Amino acid sequence: MLELKQLSKSFAGRTAVDSMSFSLVKGEVLGFLGQNGAGKSTTMRMAAGVIEPDSGDVIVSGHSIVSNRREAQRRLGFLPEGAPLYPDMTPLDFLNFLCAAHRISRKDCRSAVERVIADARIGDVMSKRVSTLSKGYRRRVGLAGALIHDPDVLILDEPTDGLDPIQKRAVRALISRMAKDKAIVISTHTLEEVPAMCSRVIIIDQGKLIADSSPEEMAKRREGGLEEAFIDLVSKKEAVRNEG
Amino acid sequence: MKAELRDIVTSLRASYLRELRAYFATPLAYVFVAIFLMLVGVFTWEASRFFDTGLADLQPFFYWHPWLYMIFLPALSMRLWADEIAYSTSELLFSLPVSLFGLATGKLLAAWSVAALSLLLTFPMWITVNYLGAPDNGAIAITYLTSLLMAGAYLSIGAAMSSLFSSQVLAYIAGILVAFVFTAAGWPMLVGGISGLLGAAAGDLVAQFSFLTYFETAQRGVLELRALLFFGGVTITWLLLNTIWVSNKRAFAG
Repeated sequence: MLELKQLSKSFAGRTAVDSMSFSLVKGEVLGFLGQNGAGKSTTMRMAAGVIEPDSGDVIVSGHSIVSNRREAQRRLGFLPEGAPLYPDMTPLDFLNFLCAAHRISRKDCRSAVERVIADARIGDVMSKRVSTLSKGYRRRVGLAGALIHDPDVLILDEPTDGLDPIQKRAVRALISRMAKDKAIVISTHTLEEVPAMCSRVIIIDQGKLIADSSPEEMAKRREGGLEEAFIDLVSKKEAVRNEG
Repeated sequence: MKAELRDIVTSLRASYLRELRAYFATPLAYVFVAIFLMLVGVFTWEASRFFDTGLADLQPFFYWHPWLYMIFLPALSMRLWADEIAYSTSELLFSLPVSLFGLATGKLLAAWSVAALSLLLTFPMWITVNYLGAPDNGAIAITYLTSLLMAGAYLSIGAAMSSLFSSQVLAYIAGILVAFVFTAAGWPMLVGGISGLLGAAAGDLVAQFSFLTYFETAQRGVLELRALLFFGGVTITWLLLNTIWVSNKRAFAG
């Protein structure tokens, strides 16, 4: 459903993502981990077609993001970091705008909006302005927007950031419900969330993939579990770089 | 080709409705229309001394349009892209299966609609001159139409400038500066100065790039094809530049 092929991107001579390749099939939920500045957001933005890669390609349900961007994006839902929304809109206006952008008919839009309202649990704020909503609600409205066209692939950059424990649990449950018929990529800083949500983990460092396995296997590498394994992997890479 | 056209129309419609709603969801459009109407009135009745001319026509009213547009229309267009960048909603927009040309056109048309509404609300001027005398209403209609086209050209400059900045203020200043060049190039004092320095041909050449030159003919009630082509050409050129600059953000964004 989602395939990244040798994806690379540099900014002002600095390599942000270096020949990143992996693929994801239906039913997989991938935890995309890395330190700040490791290249997670850049990879996700390239995968969503927000920025163009310098080289490589992303295939979404058989469509190339480089040569057939719009067809690929029709099959993809993206929640950017910080869940940016239009402050002057209500969630209902926002979802209607997304329906129009995705070419969803008015009739189908109504049922799609009802579906995502129930999924993201935002029914009680639909007529309030986005600027008046809490961070948690904004994130859930953003998530509802990413789901409005029922995409095959979901790319969620920090979907639970800013949510309280109850909201986090609700989002995790939603992701688990959606997982069976979608491929989902999630970036998160909260490592304890990973085993609860993800069936696979990829760790990147300096734009390169350094580990790819299930959360259970990854956790077995070190005694302290996933967090220790993550710190161990990243610090080993850092040590190699410092020696070099 | 058919699919591309469909994507352009879809994106145009979605962004037009969004932007139009955004103008009226905040006080921006209301304040813009109110201040524009007030200043148009002040300039027409006071600065141009309408009642002293003894003529029942709208020349004193239309005379100020290029200058007022130069100051006001960048204020209407400054938020079109600058806000998308400032609020990071451009990230969201770029992840949608939309045509950037369609989006840019929709945004421009939304701003143009607010400008058209402002122009429409000047109808009491037209009623006044018809009450006072028997003006050439055909000529007035032609000047209104050309003024609306000229507004589109000013707005397309402002929208393109807005795509270069994340600050509305900077977008506004840049919009005014470029609009000033396209306005002042036909200002008689400047044309005279250039003619004196470089010859009449140079002065005429510079004046050919000014909104004033083409709008002046329209003020006499003459509908010129070259004026229509000029305003249409300027609008399309800046709209294309706008699309290219926004597209570059996808290619080179950090």
